[in-house]
Amino acid sequence: MQTMIKPEEIFPPGKYLMTGNEAIVAGALLAECKFFAGYPITPSSEIMNGMARYLPLVGGTFIQMEDELASIMAIIGASWAGVRAMTATSGPGFSLMQEGIGYAIMTETPIVLVNVMRAGPGTGQATKAAQGDIMQARWGRHGDQAIVALAPSWAQEMLDFTLFAFNISDTLRIPVFLLPDETVGHAGEPVEIPPKDEIKIIRRREPKTSDEPHFGGNGLDIAPMPTLGKGFNVLVTGSTHNRKGIRKTQDPQTHSELVWHLVNKVKKHRKEIVKYSIEGPNNPQIGILAYGSVYRSAREAMEIANNMGIETALFRPITLWPSPDIEIREFAKKVDAIIVPELNTGEYILEVERTVKDEIPIVGINKIGGGVPIYPEEILNEIKKIAGVS
Amino acid sequence: MTTAKKEHPFVGKYIRPEVLPHKMCPGCGNMIAGNALIRAIDRLYGSFDKFVFVSGIGCAAWVPSPHFNADTVHTLHGRAIPAAIGIKLANPSLNVIVFSGDGDLIGIGGNHIIHAARRNIDLLVMMINNFNYGMTGGQLAPTTPLGAKTITTIYGNPESPFDVARLIAEAGANYSARWTVYHNALIEKSVEKALKMEGFRFIEVLSPCVTRYVKFNIGSLEKIMDLFKKQTVIYKGENQEIPPGKIVIGEFVIRENPGYLRRYGMMREKAIKQWRKS
Repeated sequence: MQTMIKPEEIFPPGKYLMTGNEAIVAGALLAECKFFAGYPITPSSEIMNGMARYLPLVGGTFIQMEDELASIMAIIGASWAGVRAMTATSGPGFSLMQEGIGYAIMTETPIVLVNVMRAGPGTGQATKAAQGDIMQARWGRHGDQAIVALAPSWAQEMLDFTLFAFNISDTLRIPVFLLPDETVGHAGEPVEIPPKDEIKIIRRREPKTSDEPHFGGNGLDIAPMPTLGKGFNVLVTGSTHNRKGIRKTQDPQTHSELVWHLVNKVKKHRKEIVKYSIEGPNNPQIGILAYGSVYRSAREAMEIANNMGIETALFRPITLWPSPDIEIREFAKKVDAIIVPELNTGEYILEVERTVKDEIPIVGINKIGGGVPIYPEEILNEIKKIAGVS
Repeated sequence: MTTAKKEHPFVGKYIRPEVLPHKMCPGCGNMIAGNALIRAIDRLYGSFDKFVFVSGIGCAAWVPSPHFNADTVHTLHGRAIPAAIGIKLANPSLNVIVFSGDGDLIGIGGNHIIHAARRNIDLLVMMINNFNYGMTGGQLAPTTPLGAKTITTIYGNPESPFDVARLIAEAGANYSARWTVYHNALIEKSVEKALKMEGFRFIEVLSPCVTRYVKFNIGSLEKIMDLFKKQTVIYKGENQEIPPGKIVIGEFVIRENPGYLRRYGMMREKAIKQWRKS
């Protein structure tokens, strides 16, 4: 047998021109992802195409499944067999994967899922950008649960966040989503690939003894994850189970403890997960909150507004879920109003409203259709309107 | 009880004592098939080391999970095979066995099983066929015979069932067989044979759902076991004449095609060579 090729041989450190989707492929290989199962769908297919090309070379396995229901379950299986596993999809495929994602949450399985967001509902506009899956990402499954979702804004972040997503997924034993919109997935941009020694890989913990519980419980931290085939006699089930994995479908206490654990572990590790940025003057009058590709228009609008003398600050939730709600609340105290531009009919604005309540006006700029971006002027016009400047 | 009951030697080694007694209905065939599987593994390997059992949702899916004292993955309804594929491909040194029911594997999971057979992926799949959805109250399954009564076909089933073992044989599996729980020893032999092979191996086991299907259609456990005994003929090839009303059991295909993993390995060698050249 020939020796495998190292990921850093395929993507040596240096500057590249890459699309966002290609940057995800590079990020996944450098994160030592060894399994990808997927199904073709626009506008995310290039991620699968890239993984199909490179995974066999690095000793990993790529398989094109018969549908997304199978893809999500195959990566969950691979994860339990001990490797880093991921898939990529878009709107309709993401909908099909929801039950499997719920299973991954319930079984505390680390997986990374990229949803390159396109315009829905239904088949919608397959090639056009949208941010319509923000709430689906958070609430798309039945039952109470929590996940982690990040919104990259350009190609470099597609690579960086992929590395981060695998680490968070492994340490929290939770599905982590990347939610770029189509614009971020397809825009070709400069990407810098770091040298191997600068790439931090934090893997899941394995149990040291056979008595250690395999699953978490309320108030307790994340249990180490046993790998199949190593003699742990693991019981993995999507039914309510105790910390050893034994089904307890009639016991209220076990269910309550399990579900609170699944929800609370994200809250408990908030500091490691929640990323955000605030830009602009220290005493702003107007606030903007934007993510994904829209953030880039918002930043330009903010700069123009500040040059015009309207003190404007920009809050960017990089981690969408769990939301940087505490930080958004603090931000809201500084401004008279918050503008929330989104490529949907108003999704993340609901989270902003929940967080800020009616302390200040929260104004949405919502655009859907044709993948037409929200232009900086549109945001600027709203800033001027609120500031009373013509 | 005052006297300690002597436990079966499988309890502890292969069966988790803490989950006994099991929850199958009296007269159910699930554990007969499960027992045959354990006996075959015991004879060939002497332990569950490196075995992973994957199941979906339904009564049969409860055989390995939680009863088998091994790595068991109890997945979603219909999705045992894709999960098993992920496990096997991520660690080919594991012996991955799917054990689930007909509704799970050929109903909601039908697409996965035909594709897994087409890929000749290195899994052993045991499907317990009890002709209906037992756990949910005895509804119509894709295996329910024409005219049979279920809780959703109270006037008789207007649909034709799948002949699953033949379907899987046609789809490209290396091995496909059908038995009934009456043919206990033959199941065991079949499992033993299949365990020694590569590629996709499928064993269908016809089994009585005494609480639902048998009650609605046949009457009693004795009657269905008698039917399994007297109304079955062993498959001898495509030219064989099958008298009407008989159930064909036996081995429908035995092939020695390379399994998916071997083919993937060859592709990998080629890929690496090509990459090094460029």
